[in-house]
Amino acid sequence: MIENNLLSIIIFAPLAGAVINWLVGGKLKNETFSGLVACGAIAVSTIVAFMLAFGIGTPHAGALFADKPVLDHIWTWISVGGFRADFALGMDRLSGIYALFVTFVGLLIHIFATGYMHGDKGFYRFFAYLNLFMFAMLTLVLADNFLLMFVGWEGVGLCSYLLIGYYLKRDEAREAAKKAFVMNRIGDWGVLMAIFLIFTLTGSISFFDKVVDGEQVQSVFTFVTQNMSADPFTWGAIFAGGLTSIGVLLFIGATGKSAQIPLLTWLPDAMAGPTPVSALIHAATMVTAGVYLVVRANAIYQFAPTAMWIVAVIGAATALFAATIAIAQNDIKKVLAYSTVSQLGFMFLAAGVGAFVVAIFHVMTHAFFKALLFLGSGSVIHGMHHEQDMRRMGNLKKYMPVTFFTMAMGWLAICGIPIWAGFFSKDEILYRTFAADNYFPVSDFPGNKVLWAVATLTAVLTAIYMTRMMIMTFWGKERWSEPEAVATGDLGTAHESPLEAALDSHDAHDDDEEEHHHEVPADFKPHESPWVMTVPLIVLAFLSTVGGLVGIPYAMSSLVGAGEINVFEHTLDPVIAKKGEHDGHSAPSASGENEVKHFYASAPAVPGAYDPHSPEVIQKERLLALLSVVLALAGIGIGFALFRNNPLRKMPKILEQKWKVDEFYNGYIVDPLTSLSREGLWKGFDLGFIDGIVNGIGSFVKELGDIARRVQVGFVRSYAAVIMLGAIVVLGYFIYYGFKLVN
Amino acid sequence: MNGGGPRSPSYIMDLIAENILTILILLPVVGALAVLGYQMFWKQESQLKWVTFAITLLNFLLSLVLVFDKGAASASGFHFEKNVPWISAINTNYHVGVDGLSLWLVILTTFIMPIAVISTWHAVEKKATAFYIFLLLLESAMIGVFVSLDLLVFYLFFEASLIPMFFLIGVWGGKDRIYAAVKFFIFTAIGSLLMLVAIIALYFMHADATGVGTFDFVTLLNTLKLGNMTFSASAGAFLFLAFALAFSIKVPLFPFHTWLPDAHTEAPTAGSVILAAVLLKMGTYGLMRFNFTLFPDQAREFAPLFIVLAIIGIVYGALVAMVQPDVKRLVAYSSVAHMGFVILGMFSFTEWGMQGAVYQMLNHGVSTGALFLLVGFIYERRHTRMISDFGGLANVMPIYATIFVITAMSSVGLPFLNGFVGEFLIMVGMWKSTILSVTAAANWNYIATMVAGTGVIFAAVYLLWMIQRVFFGKVTNDKNRGLADLSYREIGLMVPLLFLMVFMGVYPRPFLEATHSSVSEIQKRVMQRAGGEIDQAQVPGPSEEKTEAHLEIQQK
Repeated sequence: MIENNLLSIIIFAPLAGAVINWLVGGKLKNETFSGLVACGAIAVSTIVAFMLAFGIGTPHAGALFADKPVLDHIWTWISVGGFRADFALGMDRLSGIYALFVTFVGLLIHIFATGYMHGDKGFYRFFAYLNLFMFAMLTLVLADNFLLMFVGWEGVGLCSYLLIGYYLKRDEAREAAKKAFVMNRIGDWGVLMAIFLIFTLTGSISFFDKVVDGEQVQSVFTFVTQNMSADPFTWGAIFAGGLTSIGVLLFIGATGKSAQIPLLTWLPDAMAGPTPVSALIHAATMVTAGVYLVVRANAIYQFAPTAMWIVAVIGAATALFAATIAIAQNDIKKVLAYSTVSQLGFMFLAAGVGAFVVAIFHVMTHAFFKALLFLGSGSVIHGMHHEQDMRRMGNLKKYMPVTFFTMAMGWLAICGIPIWAGFFSKDEILYRTFAADNYFPVSDFPGNKVLWAVATLTAVLTAIYMTRMMIMTFWGKERWSEPEAVATGDLGTAHESPLEAALDSHDAHDDDEEEHHHEVPADFKPHESPWVMTVPLIVLAFLSTVGGLVGIPYAMSSLVGAGEINVFEHTLDPVIAKKGEHDGHSAPSASGENEVKHFYASAPAVPGAYDPHSPEVIQKERLLALLSVVLALAGIGIGFALFRNNPLRKMPKILEQKWKVDEFYNGYIVDPLTSLSREGLWKGFDLGFIDGIVNGIGSFVKELGDIARRVQVGFVRSYAAVIMLGAIVVLGYFIYYGFKLVN
Repeated sequence: MNGGGPRSPSYIMDLIAENILTILILLPVVGALAVLGYQMFWKQESQLKWVTFAITLLNFLLSLVLVFDKGAASASGFHFEKNVPWISAINTNYHVGVDGLSLWLVILTTFIMPIAVISTWHAVEKKATAFYIFLLLLESAMIGVFVSLDLLVFYLFFEASLIPMFFLIGVWGGKDRIYAAVKFFIFTAIGSLLMLVAIIALYFMHADATGVGTFDFVTLLNTLKLGNMTFSASAGAFLFLAFALAFSIKVPLFPFHTWLPDAHTEAPTAGSVILAAVLLKMGTYGLMRFNFTLFPDQAREFAPLFIVLAIIGIVYGALVAMVQPDVKRLVAYSSVAHMGFVILGMFSFTEWGMQGAVYQMLNHGVSTGALFLLVGFIYERRHTRMISDFGGLANVMPIYATIFVITAMSSVGLPFLNGFVGEFLIMVGMWKSTILSVTAAANWNYIATMVAGTGVIFAAVYLLWMIQRVFFGKVTNDKNRGLADLSYREIGLMVPLLFLMVFMGVYPRPFLEATHSSVSEIQKRVMQRAGGEIDQAQVPGPSEEKTEAHLEIQQK
């Protein structure tokens, strides 16, 4: 066991930053101070994270190279009757990689935000929230058990709530904030139930084997893997249902946090928050927490093929669904939001087909290029004086060359053009999906091929909508000074809806002093952003360009004569549980034998079993890669063909309306539940039925009293007294009964 | 009780420590007399709040003796036990003592009282003398309830707590105060009268069994444990239900909850705070203290009923809270949901669930008490509590909004705030509970937990929706533009509560460790079958999982 107390600095530095900014920054109202505190706190975290991950100046090997995680027990949080949850951190290879890119990308976004939020009244508040978010996110990532992870999980939800609703006065912001929190909570329910089930099955909730207070704590994953490998038949029978349930329940949590079907509608709405928040929380870090959870629990998923199948199918479906919506949005941030949902779907697809390492690889490259694209859009919005509607942009490359150039890098990365980062990760997802043999329970159904086709189609759509976004923003003619009708209603018949939409989005910005939006003056010229904003863009553009080189699959690297240089996969491989030898184990005896056999036969490809060096694999992988490059180029080509000369091309209405998912939820779930509660439960049952009975008895006794009064008895004066009389009668009966009982 | 021999210089301190429970009960009564005397001599009501505050604060400080006590428990498991004959003719004693179950509830009572008193600083406009006297008498009765170990004395305190609250609602309440006060009184009085019958029945049954009638809880419990006294099926059911009804109404358990929203809405702020923080806990405390230990067989038998009602309460309370137009009524219904969790945890009969339930009682006291205080602040300013009258308050009252959001999050059960620990333990307990027997159809304990878990989602819905409508957006109502943010008095009032919310969420161990032995004692008692065999082996480990999971397999 390696212990290093520095680990806690990674999470507590941002917390300290948040507290200082809240207490001191609120008094000083000094932007330099608040900005320095916030960025300084994250810088400390980043430095410590790099030290521990790479073993710089630490007495032990770095967490990325060591066999065992670096642990830090801070205090025992809950310990009741055999259930223990420590406030303890652990950095292994997985959380190490997460901590690295979360702190680093976080730092860049913090720096960017000091420029973007310049002049905002709530500057200190914004950075306090942002630091608090980093605290929660790093707690989530570095937690060494499920419950502490859940603390971070809920914590990022809270910070997301606070930051989405940051522009307090905007109705859409507060509505979006509440929606995000509630949808996340629905997912959290799944995580909670999964934790209960994990505890029931394994008697532990810890991620790592460790010794605390002289007590041996066993890791959930070791427990599962060991038992399943040692005696697959018995334990398989015991665990089968349980592990699948855990897998599904955890994934319910993941759908909430990572905006997958059916809990996806909050993320696009969350764009009501400030743009750095969208970049940090709703693109790079928080939304990938679901992927982290699934990969962290890969030992469980590997023994739960049904759960993995669900993960893959939902992932692929979400990817396609969100991509179709992204293609018709006119708000630059909405396009990116749906794009994020779609890319998250890719990550789940990867995890679902057993390519856990690739999922994390895509999380990382996505963090680079999506943060870049969001910050780029922030730069555009900043330069355009808080205009987000792409129909009022155009030709910005002339005015914002740095932003244009850096965003173009992100564009190439997400489209999947070699050598940009997105190419390697996305292409490997496609390949691994294609290659996931024997994957579906029904073996003759080519499920993996269908998933591959869906993912490939999505990749083409991605290239199209990103190209559309680039064209509408940076190319074409300048549309911000044109009269609204001309700007938005290019197509004769298409007047109605884009105009309305434009007006709507405009209304939302009106009277919003917090966001400094004002009407575009006649001589308006967009301007390039200051260096605090462009420098992070350049760094991220660099990472988006070359960041994928850490994970080049063998099939590619061998093309240029290099050997096995897939550092990423090599680093993360130990995190993936090995299912061990079990194939020749089952002697035919019990009746459930066939089922069990099938259970294993249908299990997804074990990373260890997949040999990237065999010639057929290399050939297949290269061919598929070639295909996806061609398709990506085709997508970009289609994008140019469709939108280069007609950037305001009318898109299908149903896509623009996001398939009416929100309307469906409101109409069929929210409204009926509200009216049931109001009319049925409250007014009907509470006030009508129960109080009706109580008041009925009351007035009945009062009636009796009135009759009694009429016959001149007259001692009954008040409502209360009458009811007491009734009570005493009842009581008398019971006293009588009580005495009868004892005698 | 720190080693005070007769020669010890700290003789007086020891004397105080020795009789601390009696002092805690009597000090408010003395205080009430002081308030009366003060008013009679000086004819000035404006200083009364200071007198009352001083007394309640002193009582709180004294009660801390209980926390720092290191002495050993008596044979019956109670600390600071006092057993003095009171009415020898019917063999009733003044028997008090405190254990892990009651310890924090006493502290909660003494802690919340000074806060409640300060909250009335400018709110009491008429008959201040009577108001403060009732507050003090109420404190006395509430502490009495939690420390009495004689059933008759317990009953007297239980009833005595009704009267001051009845007047607090009926005299200083809102516009429908009479209706609410009468409803409150009748609901709770009817329940507790039945309990009186059961107590008397117990007296005679004990007399039948052993020749001596007694109201003494410890004696009764010992007789029952030794098997010298048994109940027939119908008698046991009657006694259990008579106690349980009294307590269930107090909690309140669905469907006896309709008095609560009315009482809360009409009560003055201090009344609401005390009602939510302490009075409701009398019900859950009573169930655990008396029902579980005196009638374990019946408790197990009726557990499914209570679990179902608790779950209905959780979901129902949340759904109805969601559509309330009045903030205070919304918080009141949220109480129904939260107390449902407490009942659920208790009736899981696992250590996790029961520890969680005790912890959740404290959490609910702190969080819901704080919410009622916050509602009171805004009512004092605007004289309305309708959600539709507000909007955009965060712009005019930022500190108020911040504190409100934190408190709401604690009520929602956000991790690292207090509510989470309790709810989590309760759900673990229910999940692992064996009381809902595993049938061929389904693991009902899993299903129960899953349904109860939706309450966590709904809690977020109703509180955040309310916050959104009250605090966010633009200021729509001109009357809200000039509202003053919280004063130092009001902030000072909230600080200890906020501190507790965070502390209890981050470091629950001292609380849970203090309750551990008493609660597991009760847990063992209630799971004990008539033969004396403990029903459930609670050791998590592969061996147990195997059987448990095998059961699952068999179902398939």
